[in-house]
Amino acid sequence: MGGLHKSEFKNPVINWFDSRMPVFTMMQKEYGTFPTPRNFNYFWNFGALAMVALMIMIVTGIFLAMNYTPNTAMAFDSVERIMRDVNYGWLIRYVHMNGASMFFIVVYVHIFRGLYYGSYKAPRELLWIIGVVLLLLMMATAFMGYVLPWGQMSYWGATVITNLFSAIPVVGQSIVTLLWGGFSVDNPTLNRFFSLHYLLPFVITGVVFLHVVALHITGSNNPLGIDVKSPQDTLPFHPYYTIKDSVGVCVFLLVFAILVFFAPNLLGHPDNYIPANPLSTPAEIVPEWYFLPFYAILRSVPNKLGGVSLMFGAILVLFVLPWLDTSPVRSARFRPYYRPFVLVLPVVVWVLGEVGAHRPEGIWVVLGRVATAWYFLHFLVILPFLGKLERPLPLPESISRPVLPRQGGGGPLPGGAPAKPMEKV
Amino acid sequence: MRFGLLAVLGLVAIGPAAMAQTAEPPAPPAQNWSFDGIFGTFDRASAQRGFQVYQSVCASCHSMKQLYYRNLTGIGLSEDQIKSIAASVQVPGALGDDGQPTERPGLPSDHFKSPFANDLAARAANGGALPPDQSVLELAREDGANYIYALMNGYKEPPAGIKMGAGMYYNEYFPGHQIAMPQPLHDDQVEYADGTKATIAQEAHDVVTFLTFAANPELEARHAMGVRIVLFLVFMTGLTYAVKRKVWADVH
Repeated sequence: MGGLHKSEFKNPVINWFDSRMPVFTMMQKEYGTFPTPRNFNYFWNFGALAMVALMIMIVTGIFLAMNYTPNTAMAFDSVERIMRDVNYGWLIRYVHMNGASMFFIVVYVHIFRGLYYGSYKAPRELLWIIGVVLLLLMMATAFMGYVLPWGQMSYWGATVITNLFSAIPVVGQSIVTLLWGGFSVDNPTLNRFFSLHYLLPFVITGVVFLHVVALHITGSNNPLGIDVKSPQDTLPFHPYYTIKDSVGVCVFLLVFAILVFFAPNLLGHPDNYIPANPLSTPAEIVPEWYFLPFYAILRSVPNKLGGVSLMFGAILVLFVLPWLDTSPVRSARFRPYYRPFVLVLPVVVWVLGEVGAHRPEGIWVVLGRVATAWYFLHFLVILPFLGKLERPLPLPESISRPVLPRQGGGGPLPGGAPAKPMEKV
Repeated sequence: MRFGLLAVLGLVAIGPAAMAQTAEPPAPPAQNWSFDGIFGTFDRASAQRGFQVYQSVCASCHSMKQLYYRNLTGIGLSEDQIKSIAASVQVPGALGDDGQPTERPGLPSDHFKSPFANDLAARAANGGALPPDQSVLELAREDGANYIYALMNGYKEPPAGIKMGAGMYYNEYFPGHQIAMPQPLHDDQVEYADGTKATIAQEAHDVVTFLTFAANPELEARHAMGVRIVLFLVFMTGLTYAVKRKVWADVH
């Protein structure tokens, strides 16, 4: 073994480097010539957008940490100091604060894309599972970040969420004590949350790397959900998808900027501008919007352990999704029964979000329970059965020569007709 | 959470939800603010009058710890004005040569002086209620500016049948309707230096403008930068999309 890599780069400096450590060759292979299905629609932007969001969060977070003080007596004031006295501190903090929301929006769309086009199915099960791990890591990171400003919602949110672990039989209380570093949410809690909030994004970065590695082994799924069969089905990643992703990044930044500059507190809760006070419980304790659906599931079960189990179950069920869905067809486009169900799912999650934002009384309790039941029904009952009941539409022959199933008998296009997949913009 | 309700949900929910929340105060009516909108700025004259109201009324009970006197340049006060405002209070100085605490006149680099030494003293002087710090009060209330304005104008005689707690006042817009703060603003409570007639509505409008400045001193810079960045991003989006079309032309 050993010996230099045979680099094909002409530039002598790059060639010298690449021969000894072929990162240029690797980048060229994975992001330059990487064969990518030619028929992506704009839903396929959201993975890249999540990557951009992660980088923005890490960069702003590093600068915030330079000016933040993780001490219960000083945390709130240090955030205000960042807002008022640090050069462009308000910009860094508002970008970080709203960046969390943008990150979750992008990731939720990314997940929905996976559900709709069956991106979790063989051979991409591991890719999907790593993605669910990323979601869990993101949630933990976001939750701990929300605690750091040490406002009322920080404190009481931390109290409620950490207390959930006490529902675990036998070891629950010990876990809570460990999380708190004491017997209530206090300075040790803030310190460990700050430490972990700084650590986890780098863990996320590492797992994102694994996510991309797994992706580049199997290759991307595509809107037709059929395998790449020939080089005609693909385009090199660069320049086709680098430029298409750039369009998405611009639109993403535009939405992000409107939020940061014109409505920076729209998605936050006003109570978090009141310094934490252990002696005064807010009228309502609500988590950030991206946790509301799970919060609604938690509250729709009148039993603590049951609620906690269902709440975590709502995410854990995604781990086994590749085996719950029994249909061999990936894309919902060719699954007439699955399609309405997968479109109803985000509506159900939205309803859960609304339920989570309201006091659990009256109609909200009923809605919360119905929506919770539907959520689990979808994954645990409907999906396994649909695959058996459903008769999928005929699949196209290949990506580059798709049949148009809605318009005709299902044969390939006549020779000479221009290949025009309808999903291309 | 400020979520738009699904129309369907709203229809379904309206009956029971409305009944369950009779104790909730009405939503404060929206006012016209100079700082609203993407080009919003602080009306300097109003903010300065508001500072006058703050100083002569609010500041006797409410602290505003996050602000420095120097921040008042943001509402258009001159350096000299700020120096004299700061010098009108005594703040703790460095320890004297004898090791004893000293006092000195305030400087523009000092934080706003709090009316009470600590929260306990504030409670003791206010019948057990703690007047909240006003630095970020506008952000710490749902629809802050409109809410504070409505609260200032919301004092009324308690309706028949409502039993008021000792030392509590009836306010239409306060959650639970019983507030420990007596009505702070009255007609001609202050005499405006610029001759504006000091009605309750005028005073409330001015003080809310000042409080919004206090909570969002970056607002004007944020709006100005936002407009430029959004314009730039719109341009970049168009440009990138055009390049994308060109790159993809041979594929389509």
